[in-house]
Amino acid sequence: MATAHQPPSTAPHHPAAGAADTAAPALESAFDAAVAADERIEPRDWMPDAYRATLVRQIAQHAHSEIIGMQPEANWITRAPSLRRKAILMAKVQDEAGHGLYLYSAAETLGASRDDLLDKLHSGRQKYSSIFNYPTLTWADVGAIGWLVDGAAITNQVPLCRCSYGPYARAMVRVCKEESFHQRQGYELLLALSRGTPAQHAMAQDAVDRWWWPSLMMFGPPDAESSHSEQSMIWKIKRHSNDELRQRFVDICVPQAESLGLTLPDPDLKWNEERGQHDFGAIDWSEFWSVLKGNGPCNEQRITQRRRAHEEGAWVREAAAAHAVKHSERKEATA
Amino acid sequence: MSSSTEWPLWEVFVRSRRGLSHTHAGSLHAPDAEMALRNARDLYTRRNEGVSIWVVPSTQITASSPDEKDSFFDPSADKPYRHPTFYDIPEGVKHL
Amino acid sequence: MTPTPVSPASPGAGPAPTTTEAPALHAAALALGDDALVLSHRLGEWAGHAPVLEEEVALANIALDLLGQARVLLSLAGDEDELAYLREERAFRNLQLVEQPNGDFAHTIARQLYFSVYQTLLYGQLADTDSLLAPLAAKAVKEVAYHQDHAEQWTLRLGDGTAESHERMRRGLDALWRFTGEMFQPVPGLDLDWQGMREQWTARVTEVIEKATLSVPEGPQSGAWTAGAGREGLHTESFGRMLAEMQHLHRSHPGASW
Repeated sequence: MATAHQPPSTAPHHPAAGAADTAAPALESAFDAAVAADERIEPRDWMPDAYRATLVRQIAQHAHSEIIGMQPEANWITRAPSLRRKAILMAKVQDEAGHGLYLYSAAETLGASRDDLLDKLHSGRQKYSSIFNYPTLTWADVGAIGWLVDGAAITNQVPLCRCSYGPYARAMVRVCKEESFHQRQGYELLLALSRGTPAQHAMAQDAVDRWWWPSLMMFGPPDAESSHSEQSMIWKIKRHSNDELRQRFVDICVPQAESLGLTLPDPDLKWNEERGQHDFGAIDWSEFWSVLKGNGPCNEQRITQRRRAHEEGAWVREAAAAHAVKHSERKEATA
Repeated sequence: MSSSTEWPLWEVFVRSRRGLSHTHAGSLHAPDAEMALRNARDLYTRRNEGVSIWVVPSTQITASSPDEKDSFFDPSADKPYRHPTFYDIPEGVKHL
Repeated sequence: MTPTPVSPASPGAGPAPTTTEAPALHAAALALGDDALVLSHRLGEWAGHAPVLEEEVALANIALDLLGQARVLLSLAGDEDELAYLREERAFRNLQLVEQPNGDFAHTIARQLYFSVYQTLLYGQLADTDSLLAPLAAKAVKEVAYHQDHAEQWTLRLGDGTAESHERMRRGLDALWRFTGEMFQPVPGLDLDWQGMREQWTARVTEVIEKATLSVPEGPQSGAWTAGAGREGLHTESFGRMLAEMQHLHRSHPGASW
């Protein structure tokens, strides 16, 4: 295991680490003080086991979402209706693979191995964002994903750039910088459709109708029901509550939808003068929980494709590993 | 099905432009050094972020231990005479 | 289908070329542009299916380079989207090699090896001419040199990896060998040393294949059918389906902008 990544002195499952938890309250208070002072925690610093486990779970889920998230959009690469759009879409899907890699890399600084995390994804023991269990039925869905799904993701992710864990925060800075083009291209794509032929306009409206509510669910359950939120806020892994971010997103989207010439599918959506925010309709959380449990339109399909790509690639990974061994043996033999 | 073939981890350092030093960009997996360099090029310089790349097997990095942090780094904190602002220079003296 | 040579005015040739003053340049831009467009499309099919995440990024980089080249070249020949989306199969001038389905990763790498060595040599020569395509070639030669390196690195690892990868690499190289002869048929409008290119190509590909502990395939470098090949607008079965997928959305909304 990597020296820089998993030093014996702070290994998560090292017997000594558990002992250190109780044996060294000084370490714990130093950790708490660093977090409270908005300092970053770095890989080799002492950290509570639960902090490490929470981060691994969250970063892995985030990485999985990036790579599963490639699928609904890659679905349209071969059908993109202009070469300009095709280049943009390919670059975007490629970025998502890249973002997955940045994030797995951050998780590995905590002692996790990518192969192990992928196993957990493939066997359903770790989750990815439920939004990617919805299908991309028309070209306009590519636009709706860019505008709404990436928009919601950015709203979630910008605060993570100040997350207490250094490698995660740094990965997020890179991801957010690159994602800004993702949202813009989606908006521009929808705008072209909205201002296009009646058929194109209808395609755009249909996509927004289907993606709006699932996008609002991306912020997670209401604060009252969110199981991990409180401790994550104290640890500064999370900086704003689910409902707070959801509200921010709705307020951002309303004027953007107007400029698009499209409507958001919520009859209860209206400006509340008193609150200085928009009121919006009740979210159907039963759909959210059902999709999360595996009943979404594409859960099975997404995981099957991911698993197949991994399994069908096994011989390639084995070949390169075997070549590296032979090659280094040969080098030694001639040295 | 997995761990037996997991490629080793490499740390990637990128020089973003001439005149600057290489900075740690992140890590990646690759079967060997040549592929690690190429993967690093594809992953960490997609947007023109680099003019030179180093890759180092993660296992080859020896890092200072946070346990020794105090003895490693604190002693240098009380040597202000190593910094130019420590010295009073009469006003009007130039090029110093 | 009748095995007669296909003239440019054959049925289904699509919109007429918009540039008339330089038909030779137009034909050359179309041939090279179609190569890049079609191969880029094939590589785009890998998205979400690559054997390892690092390779998702690598294959997409190559696809994006090729798509960039295609857009410049097709724009020299007319409107890029009209050419890509509204021509019938017979009007495409790409090599049959680049339209071949991806197959397994070794098959894709074999296609990349054959084509990228060719493209490196072709652009290398073209960059030194006074052709209007020379500036494009000068930029593209750097890109394709990297594609060649990628293909060579993988050919070495798969050929000299495990018994399974060796066998898969051999099959890929063998299966695509008969599409390699077409690359050296002179393209009208490109005043290049085609024979020299063939020799250099053979030397380089032989060197890489042998270093990968494999042998250069022995069969003929072209099919037995004499009807012509991709450069004359005659393609293989899978190409029609590829175009159907690529063009259907664009064609479903005539005149729309995207």
